[in-house]
Amino acid sequence: MAKKKFVVGCFNDEAVLFPAVKKVRTAGYKIHDVYTPFAVHGLDHALGLRETSLHTAGFIYGITGTSTALGCISWILTYDWPLNIGGKPHFALPAWIPITFELTVLFAAVGMVLTFCYLCQLSPFIKKHHFHARATDDLFVMVIETTDKTNVDDLTSFLSNAGAVETDVQIAEAGWWLGRYDKDEVPFQNKIVAA
Amino acid sequence: MHLKYESQLREPLVYGTKTYHDVTEDIVRPIEAKPSKLWYIGFYIAVALLLFGVYALYRDVTYGIGQWNLNKTIGWGWDITNFVWWVGIGHAGTLISAILLLFRQGWRTGVNRAAEAMTIFAVMCAGQFPIWHMGRVWMAFFVLPYANTRGPLWVNFNSPLLWDVFAISTYFTVSLLFWYSGLLPDLATVRDRAKTKLRKHLYGIASFGWTGSTKHWQRHESLSLVLAGLSTPLVLSVHTIVSFDFATSVVPGWHTTIFPPYFVAGAIFSGFAMVQTLMVIIRKVFGMEDYITMGHIEAMNKVIVLTGSIVGVAYLTELFMGWYSQNKYEGYTFWYSRANLFSPYGWSYWGMMACNVLSPQIFWFRKMRRNLFVTFFMSVIVNIGMWFERFVIIVTSLYRDYLPSAWSVYYSPTIWEIGFYTGTFGLFFTCFFLFAKYFPVIAIAEIKYVLKTTGESYKDKMGHLEHVPAEVFAHSGHGHTVVENESTN
Repeated sequence: MAKKKFVVGCFNDEAVLFPAVKKVRTAGYKIHDVYTPFAVHGLDHALGLRETSLHTAGFIYGITGTSTALGCISWILTYDWPLNIGGKPHFALPAWIPITFELTVLFAAVGMVLTFCYLCQLSPFIKKHHFHARATDDLFVMVIETTDKTNVDDLTSFLSNAGAVETDVQIAEAGWWLGRYDKDEVPFQNKIVAA
Repeated sequence: MHLKYESQLREPLVYGTKTYHDVTEDIVRPIEAKPSKLWYIGFYIAVALLLFGVYALYRDVTYGIGQWNLNKTIGWGWDITNFVWWVGIGHAGTLISAILLLFRQGWRTGVNRAAEAMTIFAVMCAGQFPIWHMGRVWMAFFVLPYANTRGPLWVNFNSPLLWDVFAISTYFTVSLLFWYSGLLPDLATVRDRAKTKLRKHLYGIASFGWTGSTKHWQRHESLSLVLAGLSTPLVLSVHTIVSFDFATSVVPGWHTTIFPPYFVAGAIFSGFAMVQTLMVIIRKVFGMEDYITMGHIEAMNKVIVLTGSIVGVAYLTELFMGWYSQNKYEGYTFWYSRANLFSPYGWSYWGMMACNVLSPQIFWFRKMRRNLFVTFFMSVIVNIGMWFERFVIIVTSLYRDYLPSAWSVYYSPTIWEIGFYTGTFGLFFTCFFLFAKYFPVIAIAEIKYVLKTTGESYKDKMGHLEHVPAEVFAHSGHGHTVVENESTN
């Protein structure tokens, strides 16, 4: 897979990070990603990422669970092997609610977590390029993708001026295990907002 | 947008002058240091208990559960008592992480990780009891609905016992997923600080290659929120279904409609007590007083006094209904087998009343809520009381129900029943000791998230804002982070 050159700027305060993101995007640079030690609310919007649809997936998994439970139980208890339990009706919907509910939750939860891992390409034994070891500690690491035309020195000093405490140039394979990066699909819509 | 300013009236959630890095240091330190002597002693005791439990179970399988003192009348004794007890304890973790997340209770961040771990271990312990109580444990897979070679003869989907199979296994799975997905970023933190290759490798595997990408965080937030939304009704449903095991029967003392809310309140009650027991120890042993503050302890004690009182109301309602229904079997169960101190099991009923209803009332006093010794002592008392409650419900209802000819003699457990129970303590604490040694016991990323709003030093710096006129405050962007450049796609 192709390797690319990235300019890395590290910030130590989210109050500095937000204006920096704005400046970098306004200047027309393509932010590859910002790695943060915790969920910085609003950063996704500032980067122009679209909302995640994970919860929609969760809903679909949930109703799959509901229909699986209702379908299976009603087929089993009314058609495949109707059991006479004290002369009660074979189609005993109220008694099926607990299991239906549990399967709804189970399907939704398992499905969502697997989808989450798939979308974020998270799995044991996966090797990813980590731009800065302190991105999981106390630094907000902004990674900017360069092209042939990018003046790396300019960009580096631009980041320093924007408040980066540390800058760095790295050649990295920031691709994902399924190689989607190679097809030049960036994980977010990199819309430049007019200043 | 998120809240940037919090009233000075609220206690800080993180004490001291801390940076993000300090938070990492403080929480990861126990993982990177060699375990203390105390850890080894505790761990070995836990393993010893576990091994005794394993031996008790080995005997159960070899000789059958005839080695327990159960009989035809008291078919459920210590085993199911312990099952319900452990499941109940397991409820606090999900409550703290899910319900308090939905209610935006910032204080959950200090305790949620350990409480969730506690949930998982408690449910593991709980699951043992119905499984080994089956006797022929190698047939345990019969509870699964699969196209089997017996017809296929399916399981009975109308039975509360089968609902329980689904409820407990779903609960365990979802809690595990919730806990572990929350752990990923923190395990990555440990990985990126690792000094040895082996440690880096192992935590690398465990953290699934987490990088902290903004998009991943966004999805992570969405995932946590939806999982919390799912877990909230789930946690209520699980103990409701456990209560159905009893409530759908026709045994006097079990056949009551009050059971679901009563069981859920009791579960939260005992769960919080167990969280207190563990938190008081953790904050002391790991020196986490800055993160698990007296404010946290007090908040949990408030939950304990609330749920303890709900449980108390339920007990009194049952007694009232025992008289009001004018059903002589119910009346006998509630007023003779339970409330009469001089009946054979009267001691258990009054032990329950004393531990669960009377003693937690001490937490109406702020001084007591903020006293560590009282908190620890009470947390143990509450769990003893909640064990009594399940014993009362199960044994005093069963031992004298309808026909005196079916009444049972006094039931006391054999050493193997007790051994099984202590064995689950061994399992629980073995897991918990390993967790405390190898995993961050406090959610690092979540503490960092609330640090700048609720950290002591940051709050102090914002103190002057209290005196800013409301009009100015509202429009100057102090209340919320103003996200500039918000794109609308």
